[in-house]
Amino acid sequence: MTGNKSTQKQDAFAVKEKIFRGILYSAAIIVLFLVLGFLITLTIHSQLSIKEYGFGFVFGKVWKPTKNELGALPFIVGTFYTSFFALLLSIPFSLSIAIFLGEYFKEGAISTFLKSSVELLAGMPSIIYGFWGIFMLVPIVQKIQIALGIAPYGVGIFTSSIILTIMILPYSASIGREVIQLVPDDLKEAAYSLGATRFEVIRKVIIPYARSGIFAGIILSLGRALGETMAVMMLIGNLNKIPKGIFSPANTMASLIANDFAETTEELYLSAIIEIGLILFLITMIINLIGRMIIKKTSVT
Amino acid sequence: MNKTILKTKKLSAYFGKEKVLKDIDLSFPEKKVTAIMGPSGCGKTTLIRCINRMHELIPGATITGNVYLHDENISALNPILVRRKIGMVFQRPNPFPTMSIYDNVIAGYKLNGLRLPKDEMNTIVEDSLKKSAMWDEVKDTLHRKGSFLSGGQQQRLCIARALAMKPEVILLDEPTSALDPKATSKIEELIVELKDTVTILIVTHNTAQAARVSDFTAFMYVGELIEFGNTSKMFTVPDNKMTEEYLTGKFG
Repeated sequence: MTGNKSTQKQDAFAVKEKIFRGILYSAAIIVLFLVLGFLITLTIHSQLSIKEYGFGFVFGKVWKPTKNELGALPFIVGTFYTSFFALLLSIPFSLSIAIFLGEYFKEGAISTFLKSSVELLAGMPSIIYGFWGIFMLVPIVQKIQIALGIAPYGVGIFTSSIILTIMILPYSASIGREVIQLVPDDLKEAAYSLGATRFEVIRKVIIPYARSGIFAGIILSLGRALGETMAVMMLIGNLNKIPKGIFSPANTMASLIANDFAETTEELYLSAIIEIGLILFLITMIINLIGRMIIKKTSVT
Repeated sequence: MNKTILKTKKLSAYFGKEKVLKDIDLSFPEKKVTAIMGPSGCGKTTLIRCINRMHELIPGATITGNVYLHDENISALNPILVRRKIGMVFQRPNPFPTMSIYDNVIAGYKLNGLRLPKDEMNTIVEDSLKKSAMWDEVKDTLHRKGSFLSGGQQQRLCIARALAMKPEVILLDEPTSALDPKATSKIEELIVELKDTVTILIVTHNTAQAARVSDFTAFMYVGELIEFGNTSKMFTVPDNKMTEEYLTGKFG
């Protein structure tokens, strides 16, 4: 009798186990289908544009919906321009914050205050960044432009990049902080015992050990910069041409989609916008894949 | 009488307000192995960390009293110079995982930004690895990362790394406590060989190890130095009752 009971109990456990595993599996599979679904939907709906313009769409320099002359290059260039400029500006800052919080001030009032400020930056709605940009940043940039003798648009690549820099900063800073904190004390002690200074320990032991994590944070911020829509839309100037310089107004892929989507009535125009969405999707995916490869290569363990 | 290389005078160490080392007066003879022995928490690790000024790296940690290297007060010296002259090996092997075996050995120079000609570096690496009985095992894999090495080999790599700086003293902080018996006996053999070239201080809670490798032994208990003397004498006729009880396993 008792044996029977215990097998019954085991059966009940087995059923629970199966249900639990089923939930996990289906959640994982749904994510997979979502990604595939995005890709398929975008591809289907951009068919019209793909057939009309072919591969040349990517290199088309002109965007004139009224004349059905549509090319994605201005937006691809605009996106890369703003994102990489922002990334370049943000790396020294985020790395400094990461080292400051991960090595110098691991705990205490300063650390807590700064950590929550960084988190707040990450959680702030992008429309607020946009507003701040319009009211604070644009006048300053205009003054700089006047001083330099350039047409004082105020909006453009430069202004958008500055806003993006601030927006992506928290991602690389907090991931950087976490990985720097994970560097074993053993290794730092070993370096100190050999007569290294703190700066040398940071430069030659901590950063090399944490580099793949730091890089992961940078890739995450790049992904965020590539896709940022609202703040950029408010500050980029929405000029559908290849930007001439750093202060020039331009447009990015995400900003163009948000701007033009509601205005379209023509099917080809709509399809072209969706194709731009597809290109953005693919670029983000490729950058993530390359990032992952580099992380794997530089990882210590 | 042996020449003294290192001396502590009324050395006390604190973590915050807690006094963990109490007025230690010790003289360490040159080119000998001195064991610092005692139960856990007796301050033996703190003692050697005061000697290379690693103690002060811990927030809130302070010392009073003095340590002299060749009659020179080390608190008057730059801690970085002190640590180059007094090397250290830790409980757990800690080679740098981002560096090759070669770079690990030469790490002291690289970390300090000291540039050496290539052949001088090669000589230092080869000599240090030979001294730590590692050369034959790794000479063909010098430029690979050391992650495939066994625990004992990693620890000997750390010893080579310390030796590469050509220190006058090496501090070993329970260097075999994370190793198996075979690797332990290899390290112990190495310690005995090394004392011809360098003064060694070894912290251990293993009395048998102290007996096997050391010429002199200091016995410590709760922050105080109980007895110091010739190892063979201390292990046969200890002066202090407590030492005797510890050695016979009555506590510890």
